[in-house]
Amino acid sequence: MDMKIAKKLGLKERYALMTRDLAWDTTYQKMEDVFPQTSYEGIKIHDWDKWEDPFRLTMDAYWKYQSEKERKLYAILDGFNQNNGHLSVTDARYINVLKLFLGSTPPLELMAARGFSMMGRQMNGAGPRVACQMQAVDEYRHFQTQIHSISNYNKYYNGMDEFAHQQSRMWYLSDGKSFFDDAITAGPFEFMVAIGFAFEYVLTNILFVPFISGAAYNGDMAAMTVGFSAQSDEARHMTLGLECIKFMLEQDPDNLPIVQRWIDKWTWRGTRKLASVGMMMDYMLPKRIMSFKEAWEMYVEENGGSLFKDLARYGITIPKCFGQTIEEKEHVTHQSWIGFYMKPEATPFHTWIPSPDEMDWLSEKYPNTFDQYYRPVLEYLDQQEKAGNRYNNKTQPMNCQVCVSTMKFNEPGDPMEMCFRESTYKGEKFHTCSDHCKEIFDNEPEKYVQTFISSHQGLQGNCEPDGADVNAADFKPGQNMLDYWKLDKRALGDFNGSEDQANFAKWREQATKN
Amino acid sequence: MSNAFIAFQKNDDSRCIVEAILEDNPGAMVVDQPSMVKIDVPNRLVIKRETVEEKMGRSFDLQELQLHLITISGHLDETDDEFTLSWNS
Repeated sequence: MDMKIAKKLGLKERYALMTRDLAWDTTYQKMEDVFPQTSYEGIKIHDWDKWEDPFRLTMDAYWKYQSEKERKLYAILDGFNQNNGHLSVTDARYINVLKLFLGSTPPLELMAARGFSMMGRQMNGAGPRVACQMQAVDEYRHFQTQIHSISNYNKYYNGMDEFAHQQSRMWYLSDGKSFFDDAITAGPFEFMVAIGFAFEYVLTNILFVPFISGAAYNGDMAAMTVGFSAQSDEARHMTLGLECIKFMLEQDPDNLPIVQRWIDKWTWRGTRKLASVGMMMDYMLPKRIMSFKEAWEMYVEENGGSLFKDLARYGITIPKCFGQTIEEKEHVTHQSWIGFYMKPEATPFHTWIPSPDEMDWLSEKYPNTFDQYYRPVLEYLDQQEKAGNRYNNKTQPMNCQVCVSTMKFNEPGDPMEMCFRESTYKGEKFHTCSDHCKEIFDNEPEKYVQTFISSHQGLQGNCEPDGADVNAADFKPGQNMLDYWKLDKRALGDFNGSEDQANFAKWREQATKN
Repeated sequence: MSNAFIAFQKNDDSRCIVEAILEDNPGAMVVDQPSMVKIDVPNRLVIKRETVEEKMGRSFDLQELQLHLITISGHLDETDDEFTLSWNS
């Protein structure tokens, strides 16, 4: 007798059985009572089963491939650490890019994990719930692997150990924090556009691709393996964000203006956050593979352009800010680096003036702006430093009420004029860095008046370390900011003359001689 | 016309995957960068399991791509035999 062999199910069928088939509609309670979050933003969904899952990764395959990725990652980390890999990076200035990157990113990954855990509960459809739950696990993995990567560097270099304390307090970490706080306090669909689209599509493609390739080029296998391993998950995350946008647009024509407003808002918020990532590429990597401008053109203008052309069939138009971002790509990294250079006692990483050959590289990559606007400033600061007068701005910066960037970007069309905008809400004035941030503020002022801005709060006496007597006769607001931030004093100041610089030179000497 | 693209970490497995992409996608362009490789194809990029298996000399599950993947661009369609990225414009 012939045996009947059941045909092995195809990927689509397997995935459908593992998601839809294990889900059910509630009957004791109304579905809208079980999933109350998905209606108040105004997004209309008629049929959750129309959700198409792009990556059809079932749970068993997910665990199998994720565990394989982890084994590879930790094998590389162990090998790098056991072989004193930190001494094989190009030069000690490189370590500072890790202080910025790995000091700012893990808490954001944790917020993403929390956000997607919420989405995994709030979304009505089984398809998005499963994908969001996997993404939450991924984000938690990134949070952990980034901390493991930095922990080896932390044994040797200063300023890396208080990132968790600093996340909610430190001025320059506020832009990332506010991005995620804004997203997670929005409704579920806006969160998906904010993180699934803007963060994954616009930001991580630059942070985890050309920047990480640059880290590898500078000999840092630890950051390379952590970054690329994370980005292999991000590819899946981008498709989830894109699918969510398509799903909203296909479900009801009334969703279009809402989705368009979110795309406009979050593309701009992502762009503002990228200014510091671009600065890492242009100024902080001793060996460079491409400029921020080139990376921007490849991953945002071309890749983002492809996406917006594709979404045009639903009526989506290119984000309002796109023109301004193209103008700004030649300016923001220089403005950011000069801004950080001027605050040597307010960051746990060092800054420096680029060497003459590095300035030539910048001239070549930014022919329209660098020599005209930024080289003269850097050369002047260099002369002052050599004359014993290293620039040190001790005042508190003014920050944008929406993106919390310090006010340092230029007026559109006029690189010599600083841009800021003003709104009045309930009799109080609020300042924003641009037309786009002003529009975001004006649309939801009740949300953004609550933004925590440490430089503003410090002056109000709200940023004091434990034990500070704010009622003392000689108390000055903001005088204890360094202690409030728990800044490691050894990590302050210029790279030249730093303890990290001296230690690295000494240890490298020991690594090559008896 | 928009480019669909995919990027991989450079290693022995991904070398075979890249060879398979170049064979199955006329017009594919390779961008070689430190520790990674990116392949751009106008409009539609397809990775065929059969071709990858031929290059590797072993059986290959297309979901193994996850191990080496860095980033993608385009709408994704994934089956047992083909991994396709495409733009509708």
